[in-house]
Amino acid sequence: MNFDIAISIVMTLVVAATPILLAGLGELIAEKSGVLNLGVEGMMLVGAVAGFIAASLTGFTPFGYAVAALAGICASLLFGVLALTLGSNQVATGLALTIFGTGLSSLAGAGFVGTTITRLPALFPPTLAGHPLLRLVFGYDVIVYLSIALTFAATWFLNHTRLGLILRSVGESDASAHAIGYPVTTIRYGAVAFGGALAGLAGAYYSLAVTPMWADRITAGRGWIALALVVFSSWRPWRLLLGAYIFGAVMTLELYSKAAGFALLPPEMLAMLPYLATVAALAVIAMRPSRGRLDAPRCLGKPFRAGA
Amino acid sequence: MRIRLEPRKAPSRLALYGAPIMAIALTMLAGMVLFTLMGFRGGAAVFEIFIEPLLEPQRWPDIAVKASPLVMIATGLAIGFRANVWNIGAEGQYIVGAVAGTGVALATYEIESAWILPLMLLASLLGGAVWAAIPAILRVRLKVSEILTSLMLTYVALQLLYYLVRGPWRDPEGYNFPQTRMFSEAQTVPNLLEGTQLHWGVPLTFLVVLITWFVMSRTLLGYQVKVVGLAPMAARLGGFSENRTVLMTMLVSGALAGLAGMIECSATFGQLTPQFPVNYGFTAIIVAFLGRLHPVGVLIGGLALATSYIGADIAQTASALPQAATGLIQAMMLFFLLGVDIFVINRIRIAPCVPRLAS
Amino acid sequence: MAEATTRLELEGITKRFGEVLANDKVSLVARKGEIKALIGENGAGKSTLVKIIYGVQQADAGEMRFEGAPVVVSSPRAARRLGIGMVFQHFSLFEPMTVLENIAIGMDQALDRRKLEREVTSILAAYALPLDIHRHVDTLSVGERQRIEIVRCLLHRPKLLIMDEPTSVLTPQEADQLFDTLRKLATEGCTILYISHKLDEIRALCESATILRSGRVVGECDPRVETQRRIAEMMIGAELANIERAPGRTPGGARLLVERLSVDTDEAFGTELEEISFAARAGEILGLAGVAGNGQKELMLALSGETAAPAGAIRLDGSAIGNLPPPARRKRGLCVLPEERNGHAAVASFSLAENTLLTARERKHLTANGVIKTSALHDYARRVIAAFKVATTSEEAPARSLSGGNLQKFVVGREILQEPLVLVVDQPTWGVDAGAAAAIRQALIDLAARGSAVILVSQDLDELLSLCDRLYVMNEGRLSRPLTVAEVSIEEIGLLMGGVHGQAEPTHTRAGDAD
Repeated sequence: MNFDIAISIVMTLVVAATPILLAGLGELIAEKSGVLNLGVEGMMLVGAVAGFIAASLTGFTPFGYAVAALAGICASLLFGVLALTLGSNQVATGLALTIFGTGLSSLAGAGFVGTTITRLPALFPPTLAGHPLLRLVFGYDVIVYLSIALTFAATWFLNHTRLGLILRSVGESDASAHAIGYPVTTIRYGAVAFGGALAGLAGAYYSLAVTPMWADRITAGRGWIALALVVFSSWRPWRLLLGAYIFGAVMTLELYSKAAGFALLPPEMLAMLPYLATVAALAVIAMRPSRGRLDAPRCLGKPFRAGA
Repeated sequence: MRIRLEPRKAPSRLALYGAPIMAIALTMLAGMVLFTLMGFRGGAAVFEIFIEPLLEPQRWPDIAVKASPLVMIATGLAIGFRANVWNIGAEGQYIVGAVAGTGVALATYEIESAWILPLMLLASLLGGAVWAAIPAILRVRLKVSEILTSLMLTYVALQLLYYLVRGPWRDPEGYNFPQTRMFSEAQTVPNLLEGTQLHWGVPLTFLVVLITWFVMSRTLLGYQVKVVGLAPMAARLGGFSENRTVLMTMLVSGALAGLAGMIECSATFGQLTPQFPVNYGFTAIIVAFLGRLHPVGVLIGGLALATSYIGADIAQTASALPQAATGLIQAMMLFFLLGVDIFVINRIRIAPCVPRLAS
Repeated sequence: MAEATTRLELEGITKRFGEVLANDKVSLVARKGEIKALIGENGAGKSTLVKIIYGVQQADAGEMRFEGAPVVVSSPRAARRLGIGMVFQHFSLFEPMTVLENIAIGMDQALDRRKLEREVTSILAAYALPLDIHRHVDTLSVGERQRIEIVRCLLHRPKLLIMDEPTSVLTPQEADQLFDTLRKLATEGCTILYISHKLDEIRALCESATILRSGRVVGECDPRVETQRRIAEMMIGAELANIERAPGRTPGGARLLVERLSVDTDEAFGTELEEISFAARAGEILGLAGVAGNGQKELMLALSGETAAPAGAIRLDGSAIGNLPPPARRKRGLCVLPEERNGHAAVASFSLAENTLLTARERKHLTANGVIKTSALHDYARRVIAAFKVATTSEEAPARSLSGGNLQKFVVGREILQEPLVLVVDQPTWGVDAGAAAAIRQALIDLAARGSAVILVSQDLDELLSLCDRLYVMNEGRLSRPLTVAEVSIEEIGLLMGGVHGQAEPTHTRAGDAD
């Protein structure tokens, strides 16, 4: 195979993995605090449409990303009010958020089908990315580097900061954290909002970088894959990155084999692959003999009410 | 002053049944505001969505036909939700049910027999159950969350449908359109009332609701489902197997979704097409919650959602409201319901503010 | 003005939860270096009172003075700033984390890890507390877990330390060790507020006591000079009823025979059962003593059929039932009532009538061909309510609307009215008011008198000694040799609970008998 094609395959892989990694990191932090927000797909769609509208109206793509993150936060707070303040069932609330995000984005985006925006340029000057191999390292936009930096940051935050320790403690035992005097609900709001911001960014990455245009349901269930990858990663950021890149590879395979016409399988079967792979990954990770102490936060998905 | 939620000793009956009505009212209010802000005639649009279909008797059969698959799927889902089994992949089971039924239809092409339709329905029950069995077995054997796996399989089912109608099952006389042959008369769910869309799937749904109501409220099996959902430890003491309950409720909800898919496919479309799945499997989740996970409630909830579907069509022509508004309205209903629900198990208490420590 | 030696003063503390008055004008004074007991039955308002002192809850009325100055404690953090520490009955620990991480979370300010480690090590040494700070909490014993909580408090250099029922989960020897630590703290000037309903340990440790009943202070005394019976009567508020038991019970043949029962646990840190063997005879009450977490839960699950065992390991009236599921065992006459009422023995949101279906359907024929016999359900629930004087509006009331004692009476009644051949009960009087406890104990005695075998699992030694004919001590999944209650000493039971299997000679009979 051509060398240049190999390089561009890898670069496509990185681009495909980035939004999943971003959304997954946000959800990982939220889940570490004990909140299961199944609304990732919905928050991504809200971010995707808000970011696209903002970018196309102002013509300034970075502004689009900022608006997307904000929109993601707003959507996540909707979840927060219901699930954290009112103590509703987190599974149902997350589903509602996804249905809501789907409806809202297609309603708001209807007028923007066919509009174009400009992608973010590569972060580093083209001179630095002159050689194909260097392009592999320096050829991406800022969001790609941000997602990797955030993986570092999340690991450091969870394991080496006091706030990270407190966040984990809230996810392990909300009652204990409350008894010691930590504001469980406030901490969870923070984690959920962070998850919303990253989901918003992730969604915007589809409408502003991967595609880049507006199409209904542009995220195509990738939010759910991000959720599954959090489980696959055993709640560890670096494993999440690994998982995201493996899935990036699966999706790139689908894309390239379609384009190159050497498909062994019909295109629909290739399109199934990421989802089948997710199911398989969840099954494989569950088969490990030791389900050790680094697995799911023990309060994951359980509503907490002070004084109860 | 400080507003606090305080748990009630027994859930309020009034709040329990009032909550869905309250949620719909709040949705109408919020919809009015939202649509007005978006530049539509908000008041008129909400009226067209929620009220107008009810005022026009000629639309009632349409509502019943629309409600039928929603209620059928939601009835099954509600059984699972009671047992803490979160099958959110009903859309996929709905598709696979239709695919399985269509498979029978295509295999019996040019055969006339009264057995074909029952066979198709049976195949759809099996198809839906098999599709639900995958997440069920993964949960029972490996403790994999059924939430994610059942949802993933929806996307797989969708691609399976696309593959079949574009490939092996494409109508050879269909000018290359991605769809199957039309079903013959023997393969079509018969019409119930001349001049309307009403078909035999509607009374069948009603029968399913009745049977489910009996099983859930009058039999040990229904008791088992509820105990497993409410108190897994008590279920073990009672001698009810959680695994068996998970399997059973998943299979039942999958089978009912599959059956709904076949009926819809046969009665409404008359063939398998890519346009056939329209997210009933997800809307049914809202119906199940709106109906308080109770079969009779689900019936009412399904009628309410069906009304909003028919109403959205009216609003689309009359007020130029986009189709996407329907999804928004439905999601708001669930949001408000979840919010209002808190007052079923809690009461609001307004307490005087406590002075804070000065130093 | 407060005296210079006064540390804590409460005046007229009142706290209301809905219709319940948890604290009614409670006043109390504690001096520097004093070990003061707060005595009362479950539900007397002790826990609410100390939660108010520690800032977990806020009083509706009343004043609190600390070192002479009026204070409003708005949060536990504020309490710690004042110098108030508290060790709760339920520990605030995070199991997958290490001891040191747990201590760090408990600190109000971030502290350099190495500095914290040094301070913790020095405190452990100063108070002779054995604890490995790098272990994960889920591998520690209950006593060790409690030490983490104590260290957390000591790091704040408390002037007032509140201990809420600290010995309920400890062996007598571990409790003695704890008392040494508390005495040392008191000599250093720290005030200890010690909550308990165990009178013998209060007599051994405390120099003054405040007695609470139904949220009110009903008396003050010096527990070292007052008799136990007198304190107990103040606490319960009535002359103590003596339990009636027919004299000279002679047990019949073995009803339940457990032979070399071993069970692996699937929980990460559960206790495995190792070759448990015992026989429960018709007409006797057999006690199983032991500190919680030594295999009682696992044994209960194996007896009820919730976990499987080899068929021959459990025999009921001679027939092997070890591999049968719970309904089949109940049908043959073995009923098991677990400790946890809410969510195990009963479903909180179900009505009482619906709750009979859970375990009484086989022997009371509450279903026919899988269909529920609604009227039979209601009849049986009404019979239980009447026979056990369960205070409830009707059999349609949800289980969660009942008080703990009444729900316990209902579930005990649900089992006893089935006339089981063997009844196994776990902590049937835990968290139950005195009246209900007495009724439940009487019902167990009566059931045994009718020829059933009763197996009583309890951590309350007084209860075991007063009800049982024989008892076994459980330790780390193993049973001691059988002890005849009439001949055993508390010291011996204590040693067995702590895992010392040596054949210490019993020195005297029934020491510290409380009734």
